[in-house]
Formats: sequence, structure tokens, C-alpha cells
Amino acid sequence: MSVRAKTAIVGAAETERIGVVPNMSALEMHAESARLAVADAGLKMSDVDGVAAAGLSPIAVAQYLGITPTYVDATAVGGCSFLLHVRHAAAAISAGLCDVVLITHGESGRSHVGAPPRVADPASPQGQFEAPYGTLGPPTMFPMGVLRYMKEFGLTHEQLASVPVAQRRWAADVPRAMFREPITVDDVLASRLIAYPMHLLECCLVTDGGGALVVTSAERAKAEPGPKPPVYVLGTGEAAETPLVSMMEDFTTSKAFQLSSAKAFAEAGIGPADVDHLMIYDAFAHLPIYGLEDLGFVGRGEAGAFIAEGNTSPGGRLPMNTNGGGLSYTHTGMYGMFLVQESVRQLRKEASAQVPNVDISLAQGVGGMFMAAGTLILGTAAAARV
Amino acid sequence: MSPTNEDNRPKSVPKPTPETEYYWEGTALGELRIQRCNACGKAYFYPRPGCPHCSSTDVSWVTATGRARLHTYLISHRPAVGFADQVPYAIAVVQLEEGPRMMTNIVGVDNTPEALVLDMPLEVAFESRGDQSVPVFRPVGSAQ
Repeated sequence: MSVRAKTAIVGAAETERIGVVPNMSALEMHAESARLAVADAGLKMSDVDGVAAAGLSPIAVAQYLGITPTYVDATAVGGCSFLLHVRHAAAAISAGLCDVVLITHGESGRSHVGAPPRVADPASPQGQFEAPYGTLGPPTMFPMGVLRYMKEFGLTHEQLASVPVAQRRWAADVPRAMFREPITVDDVLASRLIAYPMHLLECCLVTDGGGALVVTSAERAKAEPGPKPPVYVLGTGEAAETPLVSMMEDFTTSKAFQLSSAKAFAEAGIGPADVDHLMIYDAFAHLPIYGLEDLGFVGRGEAGAFIAEGNTSPGGRLPMNTNGGGLSYTHTGMYGMFLVQESVRQLRKEASAQVPNVDISLAQGVGGMFMAAGTLILGTAAAARV
Repeated sequence: MSPTNEDNRPKSVPKPTPETEYYWEGTALGELRIQRCNACGKAYFYPRPGCPHCSSTDVSWVTATGRARLHTYLISHRPAVGFADQVPYAIAVVQLEEGPRMMTNIVGVDNTPEALVLDMPLEVAFESRGDQSVPVFRPVGSAQ
């Protein structure tokens, strides 16, 4: 059974403030965005019968909001968790398990208010076989394959630096983006090294914020239309490779990206050429490069030049990360929620940096350090043919 | 935002589990022990009782030659706990002669992009982490 266009995102919202929000806990960020998303859908909190969350327990979120859910999804596989939540909700709703699923994110990634601590267990595989070598958070693990990629495919430091430059061009038109000043390749290469070959401007922001989505059946979206046009779930995928970056099968590609996106394309019945707008999780500058290749938008080794030539920038033929991305817009820690928010805005024609004629948007998320992946292909009613 | 130089806490110490104890007993003796599957013939790392290639539990411990090549790396400019005196330092992945890859540090050579050349030949050495010994790698012929 395909779940293509059986469900739709009918509500979507971010917290009113994102960036530096020291006077709000992570839990309240889940809740505020939940209230806004439910209102955006034209629904009441009492209409929600399913809750999904990552970072905090969906049960904690549900109880805080006064919901007693009969469907819960606590899938927590890092920053792409929310894309998996949409996938699971689409399947569950299509199977009749639930009717209205609320998916929430809130993270005090910068201010650490009410945020659960990250603890590494010295007896875990990472604790035994990675931590003794001085790993310190994502910058010391995620870019592990970049030098290998450079050697295999000739990617230059300048091409890598063109990724944050391209995304800053989008951010210039996005008032909510944390950084909006134009930057050049030279600026990026002159910023301090965090973990060679990655400079500061090639690493994501660290911010506070939240977001929420409301998913229901396409039938209900049609029978009881809300204030906003439904965004249909056309194709979904998920995959997981390894929690240890050192165990990646091939350091120049993400197996999880490949598997997850292939499932989504197959379900949607489309290919990369049909995608009007693209979001690829950019915790670091190399992720869009891996993503463009692993999803089949360009050939192997071509993504660096493709971005450097402006193809993903404003006016380019493949608009990508149009909110400015994790590199310029916001990055709370589990940024995937914001990918979906921007895809929804583009499909509703309400984005700050609106791209003309967007009928199909693809959001590609990552979790951990190429640990997991989630893909959503979303579309307008015209694309869904409903 | 990162640990300061006054932070005197030691580097992260691995804690063996029953499944990895034999590996850590080996490193204490200066041996790099990996596993080879008797069913499919493939060597693998990190240690566990079942082969990740074919799921067989008919596996044997072997002592690796310790010869490896530098597969990929990055150079961290922010110190993890215990690494303040070494910044910037490389965190690397090496490919053992037997096939498996592992994370490690590179010693006996400047940790610079110029000195660390991908695919350069390396050999195993050992460094202490608390009461444990971990394998690190140095350029072949660099031993004093």
C-alpha cells in the first residue's frame, strides 16, 4: 500500500522567537509551537489524538499541553527525527490508527534552559572506540570524511566555502535568519579553523527555538478545510547507517541519504528533475554536497562546482536551503523541523525568500553524524492530483 | 565555550564490556586484537561476538599486524577534555592491512595538513588512557 497523498500537513509553525531565547525552556518551546501549529491548522488542541516528539518525550509534551494521546511516536534519531515522525504519522493515519498527529520540536541549544544534558557512556561503542581520541561534539566527527572526499573527487576548499556563501544569499531576504550580511569565499576561508578543513563559517549556528507540525488525512483536509492550503505528503523515506562516524562504509557518501531518498522518490513516483525546491540539512558545509549527489541531483563529484557556480543560489535552477539553512537561519541542535517548516512555507507561497512556481519540495534530513536520514517529498494539491 | 587549559581532567578512558574485554587485555600487552569471521572470512572491528557482515558467531580473535594507512582525518582546534596541551590535534580514521577501519590519533609526526597525507603508511603504537591502553598510529619508520 502506498501512502502517497493520503495525508497532508495542515498546520505548521515555529516559535515566535528563534535564535537567542534565554527566557524559555525547551519544553515550553515544544508547547508554544504546538499551540501555534494547531491554530494554524484551524483545529483545537482537543482534536489532536497523536503526539510525536524528539529531544523530550512526546508524553511529557502531551501532558504539558493537556492531551491524552492514543498514538505516540518517540522516535529519536537526531535532527531528522521529525521527518520520520511525519513518515510514521502518514502510515498510521492511512492505516486508521489515528486522525490528527501533532509533531513537536523545542530545543534550548544555545541557552540550555531545561535542556537534557548530553552524556557519553564510556562503555558504549563510542565511549570505547572514539571518545578516547579527543572527539568533542559534531565538529570533530561529522566532517571526518571531507578530506577523503576532496582527495577522491577534487573538491576544493573554495568550493566547500561556497556553500555558506550561497546560503547567506538566501538569508539576506529572510528577516528571521540569525545572520544576513553577505559573505564571500574569502571571508569563509579567513574565519578561524574549527576542525580542519572546516572553518567557523562552514559550521552551523547554535540557537534556541522550536517548531511543530499537524498532520491529518487528505480526506479530512478536504472535508474540513483549514485556513491554509494543505501540503500533501507525496513520498517518504528513512534509513540508518551507524552511530559511529568511524564505521561509515564509505566516507565520501551517506548510505542513509541514498536509501532514504530512493524510498521517497519511489513512493512519490517522481525523480530529482521534478523537484522545484530543495532543503538539505546543513549542519556543516559538506552536507549539501553529499546530499546533492546521494539524492541524484548531480553526479558524483559534481556538487561542489554546482553550488559554487550558483545553481542553488537565488535565481539558480535548483533553489536550496532558502531560509538560509543551519548555516545562517537557525540551528537548535535538531534542525530537521526547520527544513520541513521552510518546505511548507514555500509550497504555501508564504516564504520570506519565496521561489516562484514551487509545486514539489523535498526535505532531506540527517541525524547524528550521518547516523540516520529522513526524506519527505511534499507537494501542493496540483502536484498531489487530489 | 571549550575546556580551558586549567582543566586538568584526564582524557576519556574507555570502559570495557564483557564483549570487548579481550581486546583491551590485548592493548595492555601491546597487541591490536581484531576479529575474523570463520564463516565469511572477513575481518572486522569494533569487537563483538557476532560478525557484522554475515551474523555468524563463529569468529576468531587474531592479532593484527598493526600496519595501516591513513584513510581520512580532521584537525580539531578545540580541545576535548585532556587534549588542551595538544591543540590542534588530528582525529583520524585508519584502514588496517586486514581491512577494517578504526578511529585513532596520529603520533610521531606534526599534526598538520602538510605532514598528514592521505594513504600514508602507518604502524600501531599504544598510549595510555587512565588504566587502559589505546592503539594510536605513527608513520612507518618514525619510531625512536
